[in-house]
This record gives sequence, structure tokens and C-alpha cells, in this order.
Amino acid sequence: MTNEIMIAGFGGQGVMAIGKTLAEAGMKEGKDVSWLPSYGPEMRGGTANCCVVISEDPIICPIVLEPTELIAMNLPSLKKFEPTVVKNGTIFVNSSIITEKVEREDVRAIYVPCLDIANELGNAKVANMVMLGAYIEAMGNLGVETIKEMLVHMFTGPKAKLVDLNIEALRRGAACVK
Amino acid sequence: MEKELWKGNEAIAEAAIRAGCKYFFGYPITPQNEIPEYLSAHLPKIGGCFLQAESEVAAINMVYGAAGCGVRVMTSSSSPGISLKQEGITYMCGAELPAVIINMMRGGPGLGTIQPAQGDYYQATRGGGNGDYRHLVFAPATIQEAADYVQIAFDVAEQYRNPVMILADGMIGQMMEAIEWREPEKRELPAKPWATTGTKGQREPNVINSLYIDPNLCAVHNERLATKYKAMEENETRWEEVNTEDCEILFVAYGTPSRIAKAAIQLLEKEGIKAGMLRPITLWPFPGEALKKIAMQDSVKAVVDVELSMGQMIDDVKIALEGCRPVSFIGKAGGVVPTPYEVAAAAKAAIGR
Repeated sequence: MTNEIMIAGFGGQGVMAIGKTLAEAGMKEGKDVSWLPSYGPEMRGGTANCCVVISEDPIICPIVLEPTELIAMNLPSLKKFEPTVVKNGTIFVNSSIITEKVEREDVRAIYVPCLDIANELGNAKVANMVMLGAYIEAMGNLGVETIKEMLVHMFTGPKAKLVDLNIEALRRGAACVK
Repeated sequence: MEKELWKGNEAIAEAAIRAGCKYFFGYPITPQNEIPEYLSAHLPKIGGCFLQAESEVAAINMVYGAAGCGVRVMTSSSSPGISLKQEGITYMCGAELPAVIINMMRGGPGLGTIQPAQGDYYQATRGGGNGDYRHLVFAPATIQEAADYVQIAFDVAEQYRNPVMILADGMIGQMMEAIEWREPEKRELPAKPWATTGTKGQREPNVINSLYIDPNLCAVHNERLATKYKAMEENETRWEEVNTEDCEILFVAYGTPSRIAKAAIQLLEKEGIKAGMLRPITLWPFPGEALKKIAMQDSVKAVVDVELSMGQMIDDVKIALEGCRPVSFIGKAGGVVPTPYEVAAAAKAAIGR
């Protein structure tokens, strides 16, 4: 079982962080993982993407050309990468800012209003965690408990109060998956 | 040991600290900036020194000075910055100073681009500086190898009293993989009676220099260096073989392209074509003998060299094969990476399929 994930959006949307969290969770569950960012003269508001591979076998090549899953956080990312997704793959759409639908009929499309949910939770910064919650619920390849443990380690001291917020964001994202 | 997720550049910096490196002199350039960033935060904590020099030329000469004091020292840069360091590197080879130099290659020539490339193979293996000098060049293909070989590089540098280069492409610097920290195999390392540590009134001053104005002395110096380089060739050549037994196509690739070639090997296998790979881990010394032995198997119809350049290592492949096998090439330069499909197609073309 190998998940080859393309995560793309504007700089500042937490695209790299979604990827890092997925890779770290995969590693903690004993899988082989890689995280490869696009890098360049990029800035907040510019485009950013990263490829993550999570595999039960040793990873041969970390470059993802035909993702099994695409997480599109903005419209240019959906337009650019929708054609590259494998047949029967899954596309996660940040429907808070992408009003268009996935055109392909040979893939599963999951619409997650990340930013609306994050705003309801009172913190726009957790929009990426909402998306992560949807991904984990839909794919079932990683345990949500693993992510929760990571959150507890990540947010300590004065930031400890963010743990519950992030867990709630994961839960609300998961609820978007039918 | 538990696995940890590390970014290539940060793993290299941490590996240097674990190897006992306490001094770093450098100048910023993408795509290696996480190395100085990490060391600027961590070296002061262990009583070391991180210094951002006024230029690459200054940085490499600071490395020369620190290495002369017998301490473990490193510098890192990317292609154009390494060009500026060439003078310092030949001086260090001439003065026999151990140090580790990281080149996280980007596209060239000139300022080029910040995306991954391998256009510095000639410079690294032939020497961009003057004179008859050599230094080991390790080419990691994974973050685990990057972490391992930085630690090995410090030992090898001291063993031979010579700088050692780690040559990787920007992708290895930027990506993250799970690694385990492990210690390199112990080597018997020589003492450093040559180091300029202060005479304390007990001995004559040590002088570290690459100037031998008397040609007879300079000739002897060159012969002694050549003997040392020969020993490196005999003892330090490393490579990995993948699927090479009875292969029809033999890829030769290092660093990131070796991972693309591995994916191409799988694609070809699905079409019933047996492909294998020799992956040089040391670029100098180049594993030419091993390559020839594999390539001379009756099964091998074509040797395919894969690089992120317009073809540089291919010269070493051809030298090693001495015309005994056809060698074809696929590569892209300037920051673009070929796909496994393109590499597989090139391999098929090489055997007329």
C-alpha cells in the first residue's frame, strides 16, 4: 500500500505543514515516508506545493508525478494537478475558496469548506487541520490517534490550549467525508 | 533506534555536530541555507563558532585557518559559491588540511537557478582549482546517506589529511525522510603533530603552507600527494549495485537521478525488460572497475548514464568501459528533473525497442 500525495495551495495556507504532519504520522506508524517541497523564490500568497509518499514498502522515488491523492487548497492547484491524479484517485477540494467542481468523473471528489469551519472554530489558522481530518477519515491509512499524540507533543506550555482546538478541527474535517 | 524525520540540509548540519565539528564558516545561498541556519543556532551551544563570512572566498580561507589548528571544521555552499571556494580547496589539498565541504548543487552555469542540478561533477571530480590535486567526493542519494557520509567524511578527511566534499543536489537538501542516527565505523585516525596549536616553548613552530619554491621539493611533494591519492582510490571507492545480475540495461546514476532510475527499473520490469544500476557513492574515486565488471556481463546490451546535467559523469563511464559497451545518455540540466518514464524510454531506445 502506497499513498502518493500532492498537496498544493497558496503560501501561508499550511500546505507544507499538512505534508509534514502526514509524513511524520506515517513514520510514527512504522511506514516509510518522504516529504519533498517545491522550493523557490516563494512567499506568502505565492504558490506552494509538496509531495508526500507514505508506503509500507521502501520508497524508491520521492517525486510524485501521478498522485493517488490531491489536496487542492486553491483553484490554480486544482486546475494544475487534477489531470495528474491516478484513475480512481481522490481529490480533496478546499471548497471555502474553490467554487468550481472537480471535472473528472473517474476520481472521488471530497469537498471540505476548510476556512469556513476554521472560522467557526474561531481560528483561521486551523483550516489546514480541517483538511487533514478529512484526508485521514477518507483514506483510513493513518490513525487519528497518532496525529493527536503528535499535537500533544507539538503544543506544550502556553500553547497547550491549541491541542483541543486542533483536535476539534480534525473532527470537523472528518465529518465532511460522506 | 527510533526513526526521526529530517530535512536533508538540517540532517547534514546535525551530522557534522555529531561528528565533532565545532566550527563553520560560510556565506548564504539557496538551496543549502538550512545548513548555516541550523549551525548558527546549535554551534554556540556546544562552545563552537558559527561565522557568516563576508564572502565565500573569506569563508574557505577561514576553514583553511581552522583546519590548520587541527579542529574539525566545515563549510557549505551551492554551485556558484563553491566556484568561489576553488582556490581555497586547492590550497587545502596542497597544504594537506582536513575539512568537509558541502556542495548542494543548483542549476548553472553562472548564477543559473536555485533548482536541483548536477552540473558541478567536473568541478568536483577534476578540481576547479589549479595543480595536481584530488579529494574524495561522496554523493548521497538519501537523507540517511547524507547523515552517514557527513560523519564518515570527517574521519576520512583526517585519515588522509585532505579535504572531503559531499556533492548532493538541491532536492536532497530540501526533502525530508525518516532516518536513524548511527555512528560511523571506527577508524584509526592519526595524531596531528602538524597542527598550529602554539609551541608553548616546547617545539619549533609548525608552518602550514602550499608553497614549495624549489622545484625538486615541489616534485617530491607532488609524488607524495599522488601516493596518498592512490591509497584513497584503493581504499575508499564505494558504490551500490541494484539488480545488476544478468541485466540487459545497466543504468549509471548518482544522487537524485539514481532514485529516478530505480523507478525506471520498475517500469521496465513490468515490460519484461531486466534493467539494473550501478550507483557511484564516491564520484572520485569513480568505481570504474566495478562498473566494467558488471557491464561486461554477456546480458548487458546498453549502458545508460542518467544525470541532472548535459553529460559529465558519462566521461568516467566511457573511460571505465574502454569502448567495450555502447553508452547512451539521458539528462536534463538547469533545474529540471527527468521523469522515470523519460528515463525508461531512453533505455528502451538504447536497445532498439
